[in-house]
Amino acid sequence: MIHQDSRTLLEVRGLRAVVNGIEILKGIDLTVRSGEVHAIMGTNGSGKSTFAKVLAGHSAYEVTGGSVIFEGHNLFDLKPEERARAGVFLAFQYPIEIPGVANSHFLRLAYNTVQEQRGQDELDPLEFDDFVREKMKLLEMNPDFLDRGVNEGFSGGEKKRNEILQMALLEPRVAILDETDSGLDIDALRIVTNGVNQLSTKDNAIILVTHYQRMLNYIVPDFVHVMHAGRIIKTGGKELALELETRGYDWVSAEQRAVAGA
Amino acid sequence: MVTSNSYLESLLQGRPQLPPSPLAWFNHLRANAVDRAGTLKVPTTRDEEWRFTDISPLAALSLKPVRAASSLEAADVERFYLPEAKNRLVFVDGVYMPHLSSPTGPDSAQDPEVVVVTDLSTAVLAHAKAIEPHLGRHAGFQDNLFAALNTAFLHDGAVIIAPRNVAVENPMHVLFIATQSGAASHPRCLFIAQDGSTVTILEDYVTLREDVYVTNAVTEVVLGNNAQINHIRVQRDSAQAFHIANCAVSLARSSRYRSVSVALGARISRYDLNTRLEDEGAECAIDGLALITGRQLADTHTCIDHAKPNGISRQSHKCIVDGAAQAVFNGKVLVRPGAQRTDSAQSSRNLLLSAKARVDTKPQLEIFADDVKCAHGATVGQLDNEELFYLKSRGLSEVAARNLLTYAFGAEIIERISIASLRHRLEQTALEQTKKTEL
Ligand SMILES: Nc1ncnc2c1ncn2[C@@H]1O[C@H](COP(=O)(O)OP(=O)(O)OP(=O)(O)O)[C@@H](O)[C@H]1O
Ligand SMILES: [Mg+2]
Repeated sequence: MIHQDSRTLLEVRGLRAVVNGIEILKGIDLTVRSGEVHAIMGTNGSGKSTFAKVLAGHSAYEVTGGSVIFEGHNLFDLKPEERARAGVFLAFQYPIEIPGVANSHFLRLAYNTVQEQRGQDELDPLEFDDFVREKMKLLEMNPDFLDRGVNEGFSGGEKKRNEILQMALLEPRVAILDETDSGLDIDALRIVTNGVNQLSTKDNAIILVTHYQRMLNYIVPDFVHVMHAGRIIKTGGKELALELETRGYDWVSAEQRAVAGA
Repeated sequence: MVTSNSYLESLLQGRPQLPPSPLAWFNHLRANAVDRAGTLKVPTTRDEEWRFTDISPLAALSLKPVRAASSLEAADVERFYLPEAKNRLVFVDGVYMPHLSSPTGPDSAQDPEVVVVTDLSTAVLAHAKAIEPHLGRHAGFQDNLFAALNTAFLHDGAVIIAPRNVAVENPMHVLFIATQSGAASHPRCLFIAQDGSTVTILEDYVTLREDVYVTNAVTEVVLGNNAQINHIRVQRDSAQAFHIANCAVSLARSSRYRSVSVALGARISRYDLNTRLEDEGAECAIDGLALITGRQLADTHTCIDHAKPNGISRQSHKCIVDGAAQAVFNGKVLVRPGAQRTDSAQSSRNLLLSAKARVDTKPQLEIFADDVKCAHGATVGQLDNEELFYLKSRGLSEVAARNLLTYAFGAEIIERISIASLRHRLEQTALEQTKKTEL
């Protein structure tokens, strides 16, 4: 929701990034203010996940230009874990499995790390168990998932729920949800998006990466951006997503070429 | 240069003081071993079986015979006890300690339904018939200097006999405590599970002091038809000690042997585990974890010998190597002619935590039957970058993330230990040992 006394949370200017010697991000500009929901759409391989991982601090991506200011600080001065503690959260498109690390243990470590950073009380295993079960109810998640290895053997949709559970625990300032909708069945999509909406406040912001309107029916975006070849080439309101759904992407890039040529 | 002779002499020093046994076969066995030990040479890295493990520091030691075992009280060693165990045999520097032990009573000699847990000297007299066919028959010493030496010293030892069709609920604890600097001890175990019986045994090596000493252990494990043994072995010797151990396992028809061995201690440790599936439908699951650092070397040599059809073997061996430590794993799987429909899977996974850490792993399949399923794989690696990133993206520091992943790697093996208190203790130890502090 766009509101009057919102603050700028994330300010991305001319961001360029390279992976394995190939430039993937070619000058991204994006401003995200508190209370807002942004959707990023765009063709496969246009750089959406790369953008998300660069924000989270993945070491495979080298930032070669531009700047990102997060709540007044240079984001690139912060290590990945410091970004997480400061309130940057990425729900991965493909969450990995970590066999041998109990999900409950991992969730508690993550939660306590962030609590410590915020000067709040850490929870012991028993206290945390009660706490996390409450959060799981929000996502209608079976508590059995606490006893398994992190994402170990989880189905695609279960992994996505586990990602949002982590978001619910860490209460980030800026959450980037990379195709959280893919892999979710119809009911799960409703449940998970409902959970996300409950976590959305006027003080935080959400960036949704998605290919489909159906998620945006539940989490209504204030802005819709189209990413193409490592750049945001068009920004509109929620109606842009509907238009993309019917017309595809070609017209956007054509329009963009026309503007560039003019 | 120390010759192997002076080394052997020093090792054999304590022997003549051993009292002769009233049993001729027992004395005979010992005498044979003495002769054999005299002709065998200390292995060097030129021997294929010892290629990666240089024991010259051990051969260079001047060893003292074990003094009368120190007078330990229960209070000194209670922390090693296992709350789940009703029966415990405690040895200090290889010498049996009745006052620290809780063997089964003398009535077990009469009652064929009662498990026998007692020291070797008592057992050979009371259960000669059960013991004679097995003692010294499985762990051959013809070509094995250390087994020969151990047998030459045959006197004290642990004997556990689970009688036919008895399932023993509580685990048995055999505890070897090292206390003397420069001493060589020769722990000996014989575990027999008669037809249809089930038993869980912890063979446990600990120390009261961070010191130089030598442990040279031999264990024989015998499973009758349909018997089951859970054998847990934990080696937490001093980081300056030498630990050499030979274990020979014999499986009869449809028996099941499960073993988890964990090596944490010793400057140089070597564990040879030979498992023979002697009859049809036998099964073994052998898991191992070596968690070492500094200048430690942990060498595990296993052989799973499928001699008859329809055998199943599963093996997972893991090493976590830090500092300038070195791990060695040689896992041989032998499928003899006629051992059809053998199903065997082996994996060796190794984690190197520092640039100087090293591992030599060698799966060795020798298959002489055509209708078999044998899978094996070995990996050597560092921690996975994507896993580290995932954890860090949730706020965990680099160090915390590394600790967690390292711990998890080892925990997979520790979790297979069926004794809860031991499992928790080892989890704790593994946590501490894999924990690096924040910079
Ligand atoms: N580590 C890498 N090595 C080489 N190429 C990479 C690497 N990571 C990303 N790329 C390439 O960068 C481009 C952008 O990938 P990215 O995952 O950001 O796309 P995306 O917009 O998220 O696509 P999708 O909609 O399919 O998820 C792709 O062409 C991809 O192959
Ligand atoms: Mg993507």
